[in-house]
Formats: sequence, C-alpha cells, structure tokens
Amino acid sequence: MSKTVAVQLQVNGATHRLEVEPRLLLVHALRDNLGFTGTHVGCDTSNCGACTVHMEGRAVKSCTVLAVQADGAQITTIEGMASDGQLHPLQEAFWNDHGLQCGYCTPGMIMAAAALLAENPNPTEDEVRHGLEGNLCRCTGYHNIVKAVLDAAKTKGATVAQQPEVTA
Amino acid sequence: MIPAEFDYTAPESLDAAIKALADGGEDAKLLAGGHSLLPLMKLRLAAPALLVDLRKVPGLHGIEREDGSWRIGAMTPHTDLEHSPQLGIFAKAAGTIADPQVRNRGTVGGSLAHGDPASDLPAVLLAADGSVTVQGPGGQRAISAGELFRDYMETAIEPTEVLTEVRIPSLDGWGFGYEKFNRRSEDWAMVAVSALVKQTGDICEEVRVGLTNMGSVPLRAGAVEEALRGKPLSAESIASAAEQAAEGTDPPADLNASTDYKRHLARVLCRRALGQAAGLT
Ligand SMILES: Cc1cc2nc3c(=O)[nH]c(=O)nc-3n(C[C@H](O)[C@H](O)[C@H](O)COP(=O)(O)OP(=O)(O)OC[C@H]3O[C@@H](n4cnc5c(N)ncnc54)[C@H](O)[C@@H]3O)c2cc1C
Ligand code: FES
Ligand code: FES
Repeated sequence: MSKTVAVQLQVNGATHRLEVEPRLLLVHALRDNLGFTGTHVGCDTSNCGACTVHMEGRAVKSCTVLAVQADGAQITTIEGMASDGQLHPLQEAFWNDHGLQCGYCTPGMIMAAAALLAENPNPTEDEVRHGLEGNLCRCTGYHNIVKAVLDAAKTKGATVAQQPEVTA
Repeated sequence: MIPAEFDYTAPESLDAAIKALADGGEDAKLLAGGHSLLPLMKLRLAAPALLVDLRKVPGLHGIEREDGSWRIGAMTPHTDLEHSPQLGIFAKAAGTIADPQVRNRGTVGGSLAHGDPASDLPAVLLAADGSVTVQGPGGQRAISAGELFRDYMETAIEPTEVLTEVRIPSLDGWGFGYEKFNRRSEDWAMVAVSALVKQTGDICEEVRVGLTNMGSVPLRAGAVEEALRGKPLSAESIASAAEQAAEGTDPPADLNASTDYKRHLARVLCRRALGQAAGLT
C-alpha cells in the first residue's frame, strides 16, 4: 500500500485529523471517514455537482478533489448550513418552493447556490441558471430550484454559510 | 471510481518540487487543480506512481502587470482569470470553461501543460502571442505559444519541468471576440474561435485568429488573418475572410461533430468572433 498521509480537515468549524491513503477522495473522507453523508455522490465524474462542498469558501466538486489536497482547508458541507436548529434561508426556500423532489441533488444544489449568493447577493434569474450550470437535477426541471434561490436571495442572511464555533 | 495507488508529496518550494519530480522518474506527475488528471486517474487511464502537488509552492498564484504584459501564476484558478476583465479575451474564455466548481479548481498552468486542443486557453494563448515560463533542473526558459503545443496532449515542456507562469501581451487597444460552440456548458468546445483585432478607423492594422479543436493542436487561421490585414473592416469583409477559417485544417470527427460540421462551425464562429472584435455586433 502507498504511504498514508496525515491530513487535518476543518469541517463545519470542527477540526478532524485523519491518516489517509493519498488516493482517498475528499467526498469519501467526508462521507465514510467522518460521517457527513449529506454530501452525495451522483456521477463520480465531476459532471453532476451532487458532491459540491465549500473549500476555503469556494464551491468544489469533492469527487474530484483528493483529501490530501484539502489538508488544512476549511470545508463546509450541507450539515454546516443550519445552525441552532434553524434551517439556512436556502434550505427554507427549497422547502417552501418545492425546490426538490427526490432530494438527491439538493445538498449540492444548496452548496452551489450558497457560493453563488456569497459572490452575487442579488442575482437575476439568468445569473442563477448560469451559476448552477455545474449541478444536474433529474427530477424538478430546475424551475423551482431557480425560484428557491431567487427567494432565498431576498432573505437576510442567505449569503453566509453559518460556521459553528471551532471545537478541537 | 478510485484511482490506483500512488505516493504523494506537497513540497514547499519550487526547487523541492523540481527535485521531487526528477527523483520520481517517469512515473511522477505534477498535480495542480487535478481537474484533468484526477478524472483520468479515476478511470485508470493514468496511473502515476507519485503525485507532486504544487499547492504549497509559493509564488505560483496571482495576476500582475509587468513590462507591458500580464504575468499570471501557473496555479491561478480559472475563476480568478474570469474575474479579471483587464485580461480581455483570456478572462472571457476562462469564464466559458465548464461550470463554477470546475473553474474554482482548474488552473491556467494545468490547462496549458495538459495541452488538450479542445481546451479553451491554449488557442487563446496562441492568438494572443503569449508564452509560458518553465523551470527545471537545467534552469528557467520561456516557451512561446507557437512552440508549446507539439501534438495531441503533447507539449514542449519536459517531464522534469514545472510551468511557473504564463505571459500574455497586454493587448491594450485591441478588440477581442471569443465564440465557443458546445451543447452543454460542461462540454468542451466542438469548435471555438478567438479573434483579436487592432484597428485604426476602419482599417485593420493587425489581426489574429485562434482555432480550438480544429486539429491535434490549437491553430491560427492564417488565411483569414492574411485576408483582413491592412484592409477595411466591415461586415462584408469579415464574412468573406471568415469563409477561409477552416482552410488547411482537417479536424478529426468525434462523438459530437463530423469533420465537415467542425469546418462549418469554424467559419460561422470566426465571422461572429471577428465581428465582436471589430465592434460590429
Ligand atoms: C467536467 C469538466 C469539464 C471541463 N470542461 C472544460 C472546458 O470546457 N474547457 C477547458 O479548457 N477545460 C475544461 N476542463 C478542464 C479543466 O479546465 C482543467 O482544470 C484543466 O484542463 C487542467 O488544469 P488543472 O489545474 O486541473 O490540472 P491538473 O489536472 O492538475 O493537471 C493536468 C496536467 O498538467 C500537468 N501540470 C499541471 N500543472 C502543471 C505545471 N504547473 N507545470 C507542468 N505541468 C503541469 C499535470 O501533471 C497533468 O499532466 C473541464 C474539466 C472537467 C472536470
Ligand atoms: S459526484 Fe461529483 S460531480 Fe457528480
Ligand atoms: S430532486 Fe431528484 S435529482 Fe434533483
């Protein structure tokens, strides 16, 4: 076996130390090693966006990032979006607007949308559609997803992903 | 899909990266954003024994103006190019790469070193008359865009060399246009055309046209350039010049487009890109 490597991931504000094979993908480190199963694997070929998480504040497809590449990075997953029992405004809006059917794409959609709103707090419909080009949904036809993102943008606090207190 | 086993190192200096690459021999590979290499490794089309990650090497990020040209660090992600309108056609082309997540990881250095003729930035570098700087055990050298792309996914960069920066002339006063045709935003270009035009009044002083995915390497549409250089620019002269966009090319057919269709696209996209560059649309 190849030499394992020590990595430290700050996931949703908490520090996790892992000893991993270099070939371990970030999505598997999150799901299998750390239990953050809200991050889904859809295509496994960097096309569908179901595995989208934030790495140092930027949306990335975690099926195409090695865990070792994320060493020392701040990661936010869907589990880090709600805080104190309060859904994130994007989660609220997806719920209210029926922005999901089976829900498989939803965590990735919400993480991509959160990154979009952080950069552009008042997007047009066109900008939302462009901003979500990396995320595929097989159920909704996108209409209500776009609506949810536009509605969330009108809500205060939609542009920040909550970061709980750091605990070692 | 899990890549085959490999060893991993993330050196903290350029010298250490060059040494790790040399020591690793022919099975060692550099890792930048990983958005070309990791998909290949997951499909087991590539199985390097050692990955030398450039992420901790200082000085490989950022965009600066220096001596009338732009200096872009190899590890600068596409997103940062996209949000740098001062880069003109480079910013525009970078913004068409796949989707936001891919642009957040993929780097300009990785894209040029990979040398895929269907990728967006190689032909833009060629049209812009840019160059790359590489450093290896034997020191530093510059490689012009015209010499960089040798064959399909084959560049003039030695396996022991690291691409450290990209240089593009500032192109102040040039108009530009970039036209890419694909079916979905995440698809590579079936064909794309980059056009750069410098005009005085309506006279075309200088013109450069780059072709993406029209052969095994990015190409210049020399006949189009020839037809317009020194001539008045109008919708008619551009349309007539653009008819020669596919001259001398023999693009291989692929899943998305036949050879004839690609040649047709080159002509249409060339006309549109030149129209934009000349401020006619
Ligand atoms: C779904 C998807 C869609 C895409 N669509 C497009 C598209 O439409 N247009 C487009 O242009 N690209 C597209 N790409 C490719 C993307 O732009 C890649 O990021 C880019 O081609 C490679 O950059 P990288 O930093 O990820 O390189 P890596 O994958 O890390 O490396 C690629 C190759 O270059 C070598 N290398 C990397 N950096 C250096 C360096 N500094 N010096 C020497 N060698 C180096 C590596 O050893 C490797 O062989 C797409 C990728 C994906 C996953
Ligand atoms: S699972 Fe990562 S993009 Fe589809
Ligand atoms: S809700 Fe089913 S894939 Fe999007």
